[in-house]
Amino acid sequence: MGDLASLSSNFLYLAFILYLVATFFFGGTIKDKRSEGTKNFASKMAIILTIVGFISQILYFITRWIVSGHAPVSNLFEYTTFFGMMLVLAFIILYFIYRLNILGLFALPVALLIIAYASMFPTEIAPLVPSLKSHWLYIHVTTVSLGQAILSISFVGGIIYLIKEVDQTRRNKKTTWLETIVYFIFATLGFIIITSSFSAMNYTATFEFPFEDQISTVDYQLPALAGPNDGTLLTENKMSPLFEVPSWMQGVNAAQKFNTLLWSLLTGLALYALSRLVLRKRVAAALQPFLVKVNKDLVDEISYRAVAIGFPIFTLGGLIFAMIWAQEAWNRFWGWDPKEVWALITFFFYAAFLHLRLSKGWHGEKSAWLAVGGFAIIMFNLIAVNLILAGLHSYA
Amino acid sequence: MKNIICKSCGYENQEGTVLCQHCGNPIEKNQHIDGNQNSQLLNMRYEGSARRSKTYNKSIVDKLWNFFSSVRVGVWLIAITLIASAAGTIFPQEMYIPPNVIAAEHYRDQYGIIGQIYYQLGFHNLYSSWWYMILIALIGISIIIASIDRVVPLYKALKMQKPKKSESFLKRQRLFGSTEQLSDEGKQNMISNLKKNRYKVTEDNGHVLAEKGRFSRWGPYVNHIGLIVFLLGCLLRFVPFMYIDDFVWVREGETVVIPSTDSLYYVENKDFILETYGDTEEDERFKEALDKQSGMVAKNFQTNAVIYENTAKSVVGEEPNLEMIKEDSIKVNHPIKFDGYALYQSSYQQDEFKSMSFKLHKTDDEQEESLGSFTIDLANPKDEYNLENGSRVVIDQYFPDYYLDEGEPRSETKYPRNPAFVFLVYPPGQEEPEISFAAIGRNVDASGENQFKLGLQGFDVRDVTGLSLRRDYTLPIISLGGIIFMIGVIQGMYWQHRRIWIHPKDQGIWISAHTNKNWFGIKKDIEKIIIDTNVNVVDQEEQQQKEQKEQKEQKEK
Amino acid sequence: MNKIEEAKITKSKKKRRRLLFRSIILVILLAAVVFALVSNLNKDDPEIGVGDQAPNFKLKQLNGTSDSLSLDELKGKGVMLNFWATYCKPCEQEMPYMESLYPKYKDNIEIVAVSLDTTELVIDRFVDKYQLTFPILHDNKGQVLDLYNIVPLPTTLFIDEDGVIVDIVSGGLTLDRIESYLKKIQPD
Repeated sequence: MGDLASLSSNFLYLAFILYLVATFFFGGTIKDKRSEGTKNFASKMAIILTIVGFISQILYFITRWIVSGHAPVSNLFEYTTFFGMMLVLAFIILYFIYRLNILGLFALPVALLIIAYASMFPTEIAPLVPSLKSHWLYIHVTTVSLGQAILSISFVGGIIYLIKEVDQTRRNKKTTWLETIVYFIFATLGFIIITSSFSAMNYTATFEFPFEDQISTVDYQLPALAGPNDGTLLTENKMSPLFEVPSWMQGVNAAQKFNTLLWSLLTGLALYALSRLVLRKRVAAALQPFLVKVNKDLVDEISYRAVAIGFPIFTLGGLIFAMIWAQEAWNRFWGWDPKEVWALITFFFYAAFLHLRLSKGWHGEKSAWLAVGGFAIIMFNLIAVNLILAGLHSYA
Repeated sequence: MKNIICKSCGYENQEGTVLCQHCGNPIEKNQHIDGNQNSQLLNMRYEGSARRSKTYNKSIVDKLWNFFSSVRVGVWLIAITLIASAAGTIFPQEMYIPPNVIAAEHYRDQYGIIGQIYYQLGFHNLYSSWWYMILIALIGISIIIASIDRVVPLYKALKMQKPKKSESFLKRQRLFGSTEQLSDEGKQNMISNLKKNRYKVTEDNGHVLAEKGRFSRWGPYVNHIGLIVFLLGCLLRFVPFMYIDDFVWVREGETVVIPSTDSLYYVENKDFILETYGDTEEDERFKEALDKQSGMVAKNFQTNAVIYENTAKSVVGEEPNLEMIKEDSIKVNHPIKFDGYALYQSSYQQDEFKSMSFKLHKTDDEQEESLGSFTIDLANPKDEYNLENGSRVVIDQYFPDYYLDEGEPRSETKYPRNPAFVFLVYPPGQEEPEISFAAIGRNVDASGENQFKLGLQGFDVRDVTGLSLRRDYTLPIISLGGIIFMIGVIQGMYWQHRRIWIHPKDQGIWISAHTNKNWFGIKKDIEKIIIDTNVNVVDQEEQQQKEQKEQKEQKEK
Repeated sequence: MNKIEEAKITKSKKKRRRLLFRSIILVILLAAVVFALVSNLNKDDPEIGVGDQAPNFKLKQLNGTSDSLSLDELKGKGVMLNFWATYCKPCEQEMPYMESLYPKYKDNIEIVAVSLDTTELVIDRFVDKYQLTFPILHDNKGQVLDLYNIVPLPTTLFIDEDGVIVDIVSGGLTLDRIESYLKKIQPD
């Protein structure tokens, strides 16, 4: 069993590396003079590597399933990794409809970031609690994540459109928003870099603090910028906090999570500042020249098509299957749990997107901004709802 | 109100028409409705038919109608509901806070001033607040009226489509092409290509209309019907007969009436089982994860239950005549179902006291040699117990859930969670009793002169299971709504309505095409159709943009 | 009649039909919304309320001469139906008041106290302690509690001689209040 478990994680590593290499090949297709076609060497290699990586990740999924005895979609690591896999699948599907290389150059990094982000959470094989023991776990989770993944491709289309189209000659509201998106991507990267660096050093600092009339302890895996309210550092030779979180920030891990958030944002800021220094212009402005050849109508259409395909799948998985399961498990098909509400919000958002596009003629740039907004909601549901707005779904 | 005569073909159109319903020629004075300009491509929304709401605006009823018919209003309603829903997730809803706290205090203590405002605004019960319900209701109304308003004219427009269209209509389609040389054979080739690509072709005097996927145009209306059915199902939950929701505690070995069933059904708890991970060899694989956890991780909650039906037509409270109808286990995710009802495993309490055994011995006997013993069934204690040595023990007071209330012994509840007794012990042949108080871990002799003492010999415990009862006749309606919605969404999203017109000219032909979505797809279709001809179809939108860009670049130079 | 007039008439007919159609749809939708709001507001209200017929039941009687008592037997008399338990403090406080008023109204009004305790023993001891003479019934399975949808203890229902519920009071009662309620259900 132990061998199979390590084989499983090796498959995941392999997939990650293959996606990374494939991204470089997709990057190679830009410089190619004949980049409109998909018949050249770089683009063939890129898509083949992507597919091989995807197969490798499927092998990870299957072997882990065999080891644990249940589909590996039951905790934050497993679900997020699966979401990354579905993102690659969604990309492959749309790639074979539209044969657009540039899509891979943006979609694969998003998938890579998500998989890397996932591995920051506990990766041990955990048992299933009774409420998750149902076939609906597989059915609900797989469809919802495929739906969200296809909707995310809409974001990829949207961001390509925006980088290409937003006027970069002078600073304006649009460029600021675009840079904000870039910054959040850097902050995610920052989270991954800072968490894995300190965990490689085995950094731990324990704090003691009063919580609900008792003394609790909390372990920091990052140096404490923000310590718990009224907390005392127990571990020796570790950095003492620069400040304490305000008292309303409650919950056992609230301060520690806030500290991690702070680190991610700061590292993201550092990375962003560094990029600006190197590039000597806005990041999106630096990317713009690479997208000259992109057919913006095609990108707009892909972005919309992704919503058209993803919306029904998401509704089926995220609302209908979710309701059927909730009816079986908790005897009510809807309980206004934060995760449920955010699934409903996602549904509302894309419903509004479709109405605006079909009836009010929101094409091109407006539609692209909406696609970005939709992705922000999906990410909020994946990250913030699990970590901050605890509820029935908070695995972590 | 005046009907409009089309300048191109003479057809009489309804007031408010944007494109002639017969030949498609734009009606000049109504172009503004869809934001059309003469120089631009046509906006094909709703086939340019007269939407009723856009045309009449007289009485208050009409005004209300127009309000709800507007997509703009619909999108605003969705946006407001979206923001409101998000606001409800900032802090937990009241149903998710601990059950034994006062809501007002909880929000203040946990989340400070913001929590207090949140509570004051009623956001702690946001989703059942009247204004949230009104928002949902307004969306429902908007869906119904907007659909009625659009589906009828659209249906009429699509039904009466003619292959012959005005030239202005054709020229102003996004996809347009022409040729001045095309043999009859070439045209026939195109038609057979169209058929090969599963287009439905109608011809009229050399004019050709090829169409496919028209049914996808009904997708939005089908999914809206689904949503309406769904909302209707939710509305019916307010009818008490349709929806029952209750809860019952059942102790092991007990049979109790299931509430809200008019004393018709009873449930017996044969056994409650709680399993945790780490007991079996199979669980070895989870060792790493389990070691990290401080507490136990539950593996299974299960009640082995028997469902009975009361066949006696008795008055409530009378002894029932029970007939077993089902025996099965109830687990999380596996409710037991009978006659439209379902019982769910939803809670439990472990180790409630079931019986206690005492033995009598001399107070000064260090060996505590038993002079006689007895067992009290805590659910049904007897008045007195006669022991082997001839002593008598009378229960003077029984406190199932003992606590001291300002020095007075009392019971907190009726459940034997902390049982305590005041015993009167009558030694053999004695008339005057000795009084002693016995509880778990305690035995108090108030007088200090008792010759005999009652010692706790042992006790039995049992588990209590908490079962939720549901009967929901609205589920079929709600499911139906969901199914219709999915059919509608897939119909509208995965298929597209594609049309291609071929217009004969004195020399050669014109060809125009329109699709409601997926232009990429229809372009591929056209490529297949015009193969082997010299027709050149262009995307006029792309061309326009290219021209604009070039102009702009030239200006900059 | 010329064509123009004819057209005018059909037009105005059409218009009236449209107005009627729109009004009907709007009224139906409005009714549905009002129904939802009202139901939502009343969802916590008990199913049995003032003005309803008190549903019949039959329970074991723990004191007095008879073994059981059903509500129907008491038709013709006013009934004060009290739900209580030995562990409930306000219930305990109002018991002596009820006992003190019982002899005075006994001919016209029956006081019936339904206990929700599990064991007969605790009820017996309680009855002995307060020397209660009015009928004490035992609802150990909680069936009558469920039938009447009682939530807090004590809850007291005042029922007139025709079996119609006149008042429902949640929480403890004082001597004066009990008496004033009793007067309301006293048959003429």
